[in-house]
Amino acid sequence: MSQPAPGDDCRHPLLRVEDLRVDFHTRSGTVRALDGIGFELQRGEIMALVGESGSGKSVTAYAIMGILDAAARITSGRIQFGGRDLLTVGEKAMRSIRGRELAIIFQNPRTALNPIRPVGRQIADILLQHGGVTAAQAPRRAVDMLAKVRIPDPERRAAAYPFELSGGMCQRVMIAMALACEPALLIADEPSTGLDITTQAVIMDLVVELVASHNMATLLITHDLALAAEYCSRIAVMHAGHLVELAPTPLLFTMPRHPYTAKLIAAMPGEAGRLDMLAAIPGALPDLRRPDLPACRYAERCERAAADCREAPLLRLTSADGRQIACRHPL
Amino acid sequence: MTIAAFAGIRRFDGTLRHIAYVLAENPVTGFAFAMFSVFVLLAVFGPSLAPYDPLASDTAQALTGPSAAHWFGTDQLGRDIFSRVVVATRLDLGIAVIAVALAFTAGTLLGLAAGYCGGWADRIIGRAVDTIMAFPLFVLAMGIVAALGNSVANIVYATAIINLPIYARLARAEANVRRSAGFIEAARLCGNGETRIVLTQLLPNILPLMMVQVSLTLGYAILNAAGLSFIGLGVRPPTAEWGIMVAEGASNIISGEWWVALFPGLVLMAAVFCFNLMGDGLRDIVDPLRRT
Amino acid sequence: MPAPAVTIAGPTGETLLAATGLRKLYPLAHAAAPWRRRGQRPLLHAVDGVSFAIGRGETVGLVGESGCGKSTLARLVARLIDPTDGSIRFDGAEIGAVPAPRFGRSKQRAAIQMVFQDATDSLNPQFTAFRAIADPLIRLRNLSGSALRARVEEAARLTGLPLELLSRFPHQLSGGQKARVGIARAIAVEPRLLVLDEPTSALDVSVQIVILKLLQELKQRLDLSYLFVSHDLGVVRLLCDRVLVMYLGRIVESGPAAQVFAAPAHPYTQALLSAIPRPGARRSRIALEGEPRSPIDPDPTICRLYGRCARATDLCRSVAPPLRRVAAGHHAACHHAVDATETTQAAPRPLAVGS
Repeated sequence: MSQPAPGDDCRHPLLRVEDLRVDFHTRSGTVRALDGIGFELQRGEIMALVGESGSGKSVTAYAIMGILDAAARITSGRIQFGGRDLLTVGEKAMRSIRGRELAIIFQNPRTALNPIRPVGRQIADILLQHGGVTAAQAPRRAVDMLAKVRIPDPERRAAAYPFELSGGMCQRVMIAMALACEPALLIADEPSTGLDITTQAVIMDLVVELVASHNMATLLITHDLALAAEYCSRIAVMHAGHLVELAPTPLLFTMPRHPYTAKLIAAMPGEAGRLDMLAAIPGALPDLRRPDLPACRYAERCERAAADCREAPLLRLTSADGRQIACRHPL
Repeated sequence: MTIAAFAGIRRFDGTLRHIAYVLAENPVTGFAFAMFSVFVLLAVFGPSLAPYDPLASDTAQALTGPSAAHWFGTDQLGRDIFSRVVVATRLDLGIAVIAVALAFTAGTLLGLAAGYCGGWADRIIGRAVDTIMAFPLFVLAMGIVAALGNSVANIVYATAIINLPIYARLARAEANVRRSAGFIEAARLCGNGETRIVLTQLLPNILPLMMVQVSLTLGYAILNAAGLSFIGLGVRPPTAEWGIMVAEGASNIISGEWWVALFPGLVLMAAVFCFNLMGDGLRDIVDPLRRT
Repeated sequence: MPAPAVTIAGPTGETLLAATGLRKLYPLAHAAAPWRRRGQRPLLHAVDGVSFAIGRGETVGLVGESGCGKSTLARLVARLIDPTDGSIRFDGAEIGAVPAPRFGRSKQRAAIQMVFQDATDSLNPQFTAFRAIADPLIRLRNLSGSALRARVEEAARLTGLPLELLSRFPHQLSGGQKARVGIARAIAVEPRLLVLDEPTSALDVSVQIVILKLLQELKQRLDLSYLFVSHDLGVVRLLCDRVLVMYLGRIVESGPAAQVFAAPAHPYTQALLSAIPRPGARRSRIALEGEPRSPIDPDPTICRLYGRCARATDLCRSVAPPLRRVAAGHHAACHHAVDATETTQAAPRPLAVGS
């Protein structure tokens, strides 16, 4: 059970990421995956991290959870959560925080579950480890969780293996596992990619309903801007390891300030009337191993780029209402 | 096949460059290929390089140790061991290469048929291969040679048969995995018949893995031939063959004439070692996925 | 029971491909009784009585969720698998009767080509891009030497693939480049009909747009017709002239794309469209309860959507609805299809209980 957390107070956000920098050391060079990411998250808020593949959104999520690859090095930054800096607490403390106060649901539900263990048992495992229930109570509570995520016939389904369940149901099981101990923060890494569109809608509705009833903070990682727009109150746009814009959703769509955000919005098929109204985003993500990356990593794709965009250090502006923009020549 | 036609000279250049890259990148591979070239040279030019006639016996010189005249010494019949070792290279390498070639060809084709077609082909070939593997392989080889008679050809057949199942199983597993791949469907759209698909589309994909197996099997084949000769079921004396030489020299170790068995044994070991090391290099050369 | 043939008019009014009563049934080995002979085994109705037509120069979209049979239908049309029942007439010839292995040698093989979803999977990892594109030209057009090279380069140019990439292997190419190779291979033999099985779903959003625009351009330049299979309704809306909505092996709605998207008549289509995420206000969901019915030996007298649909009545349980006209060129298989002239999106519907 989560204790009353300092995140209840608006002045003390539940999660604060400051100047996070992460490098990956690979055979072909050092990938500077994250370069100064910072944002805050309040209790009960749903925020999206949106970007193309390779933008660093999953790396951010994994850094918060402490499950980065062995090749990753967090070179600077702080992740303040519940009064502690997650980057300094050490693995033992992280293991107790993970699952109990911090939870994550992954993209491919069937592969994220243990294929040779019935789903009810997997939920019970988490409850036993973190939830403070006895071995006798755990199976019953697991079935309760399954019912909570609206799996029909939960008693029977608790004995099923992941391969016997559909993709949507496996995702519900993952949600049940994530929420079993009522964490304060839920990270959803592309939870509906790979699911059918009707299932996707139902799953997202379920997640949103559950987090609202528990007043959880949620970080939604997705490449689908429309999905983020539908469910999140704030959207952070990431590009090549930079957080280029962060704004409340309606403002982001009516008044995007970063050129990349505007391009992303123009690329959404949902609102376009004809195919020629869709504009592709020119160029491609820069190779993050390059030693000569421009200061603004979008500069090489940007029509508005000027000399200072490449040379001068990236200008990050944060306004009082929490809006962020990382651009010298915003729209 | 018109591979050369539309790939053009460019591909060949690229291939040579790729081979050079593979050999340079890993010194072990380069070393193994160098050793292999030495063995091939010995096999081809052996008889002309040997200083003495390998069959000429000179009992006056029997069992003399390594010296300037006889680098590896002489055996109990006074024959120069160095010459015999060099000349034996052709025989041993020949047996191994031909046996492996046979096993590879037959095993791969059977495995491909079993893995790609499934159904009855898979069942029948599977049972046949299982039957072979049910026997301890060396004992099976012994049995075949004993039944068919002591000759080099029979050693080759026996070695080929006992090494066939490995290729069949490997080919079958790989074919099975790939048979529902998109490029196989695409190949049908291009008008390829099923046989053509198996040979031109599927086979190149499994070759890299088979290459590693080829090099390992070459080592086994040599050991097999040597082993059979060691127990008297293979090449007959006075033919020079590493296994026989080790056998003949084994009894001399106790009496202190260590060189009779040691040198053939060392060369045998070097050959097997070299083949094993070549495996990765061969795969890297054949597999375009290794190209950057 | 096969749905009645749906006649269409493409932009030139000429029918290129007409499928009637297509069925594809797979016998399943029963887990409990594996000795059951083929005739007695339960059957999976992957495609169950589909009739439609594709006109010359038309792009027909095929949408549906996983398990609806659209991939199977795509492969039936591309003649990679044989139909259990029904006919496929292409350019006047009955091609459904030719067994798939023999179809590779028929004249129509080059006329119907396919672009696959996962370009990585559909390109032989051991072949260069050149070889991949050249393969159909060698087998179907008997080209070689410089004529072959010229045609391959032309196909590459048409798809915007830089010529120096032709000597590369798939693992040396980016996602977008691999997609172009797949398309170049398909158009190299000058087909009339291209079946596209989710050609962009494995690509990044930005690359998707580029490839979609390329497909649009190629269609006009080369006078192609497309059967565009996709689960992404937004893309289908932009690219397709007509759309067919599939559910559990049957077409439940068909009609001009603009009309089906603006005023869907079938409850399943409505649920699909309401599930598309949109920025702005949260729309009220039209949710379908429960799980889809089993496609194994389905009861032919019950509507396939029965049990999940808010409009269900006793009629739905006793007679499976055929495709009925709801407006000009617009058909839906529902007893209670909403008149397509009403816009159903206007009135918000409450969330169905138990979603």
